[in-house]
Amino acid sequence: MCLAGLYIYSKRLPPKAPPTASGNIAPEFTVTDLDGRKLSLSDYKGKVVLLDFWATWCTPCREEIPHFVEMQNKYGPQGFQVIGVSMDDDAKPVREYYEKYKLNYPVALGDDKLAERFGGILGLPVNFVIDREGRIHAKHLGATNVATFDDEVSKLLAQP
Amino acid sequence: MQKRIYLIAILSITVGIACNARAQAPVLFDGTNPIVLTFQSAAGQSAVPADDVIPRSLLITSDELSKSLQTAKEKPLVLQIGPHTLYAQAHIPGAEFMGATSGDEGKQKLRDRVKSLPKSSAIVLYCGCCPWNHCPNVHPAYQLLHSMGFTNVKVLYIANNFGADWVNNGYPVAKGD
Repeated sequence: MCLAGLYIYSKRLPPKAPPTASGNIAPEFTVTDLDGRKLSLSDYKGKVVLLDFWATWCTPCREEIPHFVEMQNKYGPQGFQVIGVSMDDDAKPVREYYEKYKLNYPVALGDDKLAERFGGILGLPVNFVIDREGRIHAKHLGATNVATFDDEVSKLLAQP
Repeated sequence: MQKRIYLIAILSITVGIACNARAQAPVLFDGTNPIVLTFQSAAGQSAVPADDVIPRSLLITSDELSKSLQTAKEKPLVLQIGPHTLYAQAHIPGAEFMGATSGDEGKQKLRDRVKSLPKSSAIVLYCGCCPWNHCPNVHPAYQLLHSMGFTNVKVLYIANNFGADWVNNGYPVAKGD
């Protein structure tokens, strides 16, 4: 009867939030960027971070990137950082893209293990806006109105 | 008594109409157990769009493919033609990884995989990297198989991405290589 009661009680509990639900601490990770530097998410604690999962073959991703470059220029001095994680299978096209379009933020190659830490990246683009405490403020799946990113980031930067 | 006869007659006519409608619906794979193909959208999927490259009749929905894989006596060869990072995280059980056919490597691997197969082989291509209209892989893959003379190719229509349209709808998945 105790076991039955526990079973019933567990079923009545609210479902566990996925690891990337808003309010959760973003999963920590370490990657190597295109310049060979180690990069950890925790390095950016204290900054507002836009974590962009993208790929060179993803049209909506490529459409967002120029705006992210602008945001990095505009909000960088206030404590904002874009981090690009490419889901390309090879680094070569990523490096070519990075140099051609003069990305002004670190870009690293991701893999399925990193993707799974973020709840699975099963389509692109996926963007996480992370506050200064390292908590996930928002997760955006698919193409997102760039004004939304501006709005979220500027509000987070305005917070103490 | 008369009422019963009328009821039986109405029921018979209704059943007859239903059977006839079903018999006229398109069949998915010739030579396999016939699967009636409809475009009633599965939950969360938008209607199948017109496509200049891939005829609508060659598109298959997640629901139909899932049923086909469960029930067909001779299962189609399912080939994933998208990025490896997507395949490794989740793919249709039994699907073989070809690689992104927007690139030469993926196209070559697809070519090599199918070149010795009979041209009537039942093949399903899918990607799901991004929204259908933006996918750089499905059209080149289909065009390649079409140019090689394959006559029984279907393409899984994924409106949004593999996560949203297959995984989140509870269809079976496998992980890893």
